[in-house]
Amino acid sequence: MNIMINGKAQQLSAAQNISEIVSSFCKNPKHVITELNGTIIPAQAWADTKVNDGDALELVSFVGGG
Amino acid sequence: MSDTLLVIAGKSFNSRFFLGTGKFKNKIDLKESIEASGSELVTVALRRIDLERHEENILEYIPKNVTLLTNTSGARNAEEAVRIARLAKASGCGHWVKIEVINDNKYLLPDNAETIKATEILAAEGFVVLPYISPDLYTARALVKAGAATIMPLGSFIGSNQGLKTKEFIQVLINEIDLPIVVDAGIGAPSQAAEAMEMGAAAVLANTAVATAQNPALLAQAFAMAIDAGRKAYLSGLPQRQSLANASSPLTGFLYDNAAAH
Repeated sequence: MNIMINGKAQQLSAAQNISEIVSSFCKNPKHVITELNGTIIPAQAWADTKVNDGDALELVSFVGGG
Repeated sequence: MSDTLLVIAGKSFNSRFFLGTGKFKNKIDLKESIEASGSELVTVALRRIDLERHEENILEYIPKNVTLLTNTSGARNAEEAVRIARLAKASGCGHWVKIEVINDNKYLLPDNAETIKATEILAAEGFVVLPYISPDLYTARALVKAGAATIMPLGSFIGSNQGLKTKEFIQVLINEIDLPIVVDAGIGAPSQAAEAMEMGAAAVLANTAVATAQNPALLAQAFAMAIDAGRKAYLSGLPQRQSLANASSPLTGFLYDNAAAH
């Protein structure tokens, strides 16, 4: 299965939910925010949200800013 | 004379110094600077996670009692600013947002018109909105109507350390707008922050100067002292400048009776 994560093509061996993807791709999953195909997915819904072939997932977090 | 607390959207702040968290060499400098600044409101930004390397979570270095203000930096129009604000809210880390919309890469000046649009949308959604603008009376009035919680005019170009190049225009906002005026951007030294507070600004936001100082925590403390001094000077009813000399000591009644000064 091919999906885009933060604008980069990624291959997943099996269907996964957002919770699984965040755990495997984010080294520090606390305070990660996700957007699937332009819709914000709150952390409570990650486990129930399956990612499908061709989906675009955004993983963002807080950084320093002025 | 006792001061009143700074109140923004019903929340009281003892400190009138807001600190930005960008450009610090390391997170320890950041943590020590926040502590030394006494700041109770700090700005953060949102970015895509770099999947290739481990990034420290900045929130772990910000004391829990400090209000987080998410900057929409990176937004080029109102729509993108709204998207960033909603993402920040989804993190559960608050609904305070600094609207920063920039689509000019040379001067990095904020787009006032897009900022008004974003403020209208986000204030209606219940965000506490602190818009960052080029100081302009009509923009500020539109922002009041749009539901802004403060107005944050720039002192000079972002990161330039040039101080209050827009002083007269900020004074207009202080005089005419019934919201806290927070001077943001270009404040490069404590003396400049004190000058803004003497004019009647409600608070000052600084980042680059502190983050890039050799000793950031020491400069953060100096800023806090200057902001406090400037605030006290403002409350004192600072006398106006005079164009001619006016002696501080009596000039008659000693040595030269009835004589003018020599």
